[in-house]
Amino acid sequence: MKQVLEFEKPVIELREKIEELKAMTKDSDIDLSDEISKMEERLAKLENEIYGKLKPWDRVQIARHAERPTSLDYIEQLFTNFIEFHGDRFFGDDEAIVAGIAKYKGKPVTIIGQQRGKNTKDNIKRNFGSPHPEGYRKALRHMKQAEKFNRPIITFIDTKGAYPGKAAEERGQSEAIARNLMEMAGIKVPIICVVIGEGGSGGALGIGVGDRIHMLENSTYSVISPEGAAALLWKDSGQAEKAAKSLKITASDLKALGVIDEVIPEPLGGAHRDKITQALSISKVLDDSLRELEEESETSLLEKRWEKYKQIGEVQSSIEKVEV
Amino acid sequence: MLMFGKKKKYASIPGENAKKDVPEGLMQKCSGCKKIFYQKELIKNLNVCPECGHHHQISAYDRINSLFDEGSFEEWDKDLLSQNPLQFPQYEEKLEKDRIKTGLNEAVVTGEGKIHESRTAIAIMDSRFRMGSMGSVVGEKIARAIERARKEKMPIIIFTASGGARMQEGILSLMQMAKTSISIQRLHSENGLFISVMTNPTTGGVSASFASIGDYNFAEPGALIGFAGRRIIEQTIREKLPKDFQTAEFQLKHGQVDKVISRSEMRDTLGTILDIHGYGGETVETSAGV
Repeated sequence: MKQVLEFEKPVIELREKIEELKAMTKDSDIDLSDEISKMEERLAKLENEIYGKLKPWDRVQIARHAERPTSLDYIEQLFTNFIEFHGDRFFGDDEAIVAGIAKYKGKPVTIIGQQRGKNTKDNIKRNFGSPHPEGYRKALRHMKQAEKFNRPIITFIDTKGAYPGKAAEERGQSEAIARNLMEMAGIKVPIICVVIGEGGSGGALGIGVGDRIHMLENSTYSVISPEGAAALLWKDSGQAEKAAKSLKITASDLKALGVIDEVIPEPLGGAHRDKITQALSISKVLDDSLRELEEESETSLLEKRWEKYKQIGEVQSSIEKVEV
Repeated sequence: MLMFGKKKKYASIPGENAKKDVPEGLMQKCSGCKKIFYQKELIKNLNVCPECGHHHQISAYDRINSLFDEGSFEEWDKDLLSQNPLQFPQYEEKLEKDRIKTGLNEAVVTGEGKIHESRTAIAIMDSRFRMGSMGSVVGEKIARAIERARKEKMPIIIFTASGGARMQEGILSLMQMAKTSISIQRLHSENGLFISVMTNPTTGGVSASFASIGDYNFAEPGALIGFAGRRIIEQTIREKLPKDFQTAEFQLKHGQVDKVISRSEMRDTLGTILDIHGYGGETVETSAGV
């Protein structure tokens, strides 16, 4: 069964009605084309109304949509000759992160992506897209390899967060993420990060330090889940909708805050409505980023990466304040 | 023995301090062994219980006094104040309250000083200010201190005490993890020395950024160190965690810290490490050489 989000119910209902009418006309001689075209007009208007002014909480729902395309979907659409490789060489293989090499428009690249499951069984295998330390270490191993063989790195971010489990703590979840942040700062090849679903805090950032950070229009990126923030701030996870607004977690919020580079548009209703169109619009942004970054020397690439993060944040000097 | 007739009985309502069982300011109960001490006695012992060795919270400035050669500390960037970039409800009020409570402008004090004559940069977090959480100002001050250490060829020591990222600054707070870690990478790339000392508590975004990537990762005894909170982990895996989970000693056992160092030995140990790394100063002989 298709997952229907609360706010889009009117659209889905109308769409179903149109389908019904169309099916009816097929089987009988009654001509309903007038009614159908009228309803289709209404549907287009309704879609624009509903999808045109999505609230942050609506976008959270789209970002978490069960049918939302995953890293592997985009890898399939965007790259050729993808070969996945496994393991961190220390402990094991974490299937919440996929990594490998491929060609993008004829050029070799390294791809790293957080991977949610497509169904319950797949989700258990993928740990619902929440990586353990070995996932981050596998990612780092591949980034170092990309650096050695001088190919750009593309990462797809899609996780609720790094896994908060006992074993993860014992194997150094903090250290694994911290090391990636530090090492990604010094990797001498271009790194392009695309948030495709949920960007869950440090777990997302663990493969998210790069030269370009892009977000799909309905993806989110946050220091804490709206539910978590609501529970901490107001002792009520039911106020998640309010927290989603206050935390400023949408792509356009992050663009306005100077944290990301591009907001990648999604098909009306979300990426799951048309993953091929979605892949094409990601591809457009990737082309631009790769072209720009290929021109940079190693030194200026790293210097600009630092400059990018250096300016993030808002501080005020009390001394300057007095002078003003 | 009633001298003035029958005494009225009032129901006593326990106040805020009643839990501590002792008068505020004069006596203090150790939360480790529950024994009561003169506060003066505890302060003299660097807030470490003389009986059971429990390490109590210590303010950033008290720690500076306990570490540096007298009069050698010079503070940096004290003027930086947090804004409310997301217009988060009640954030400014909370900041103001903690400024008054702690006398600090933010949750970290940075600067430079000398330990046994060795010059070093330092950042000391103070968990009394917004749980030591890292917002824009904390990230900025730490990154500036690391950059300055790199440029001036000084080592840097960071004492962490933090619940993690500062929620009220949202994604800007998360990005401070990247900012601070990148500046550590820049320091490492020029062979600069970074000593991380994790104190109670070092969790979340601070633990998952600069705190865990020192050339040496140290911890104070009993400090809570970890990525996710105990309650979240217990809810996730649906089992009770052992008592020592995520303590400094647990992290030592699991290979995440180099050494657990008590507060009384901190200054000498740091002095020795700075000396071995050739940052001058006087050698503190801890064992007989050849």
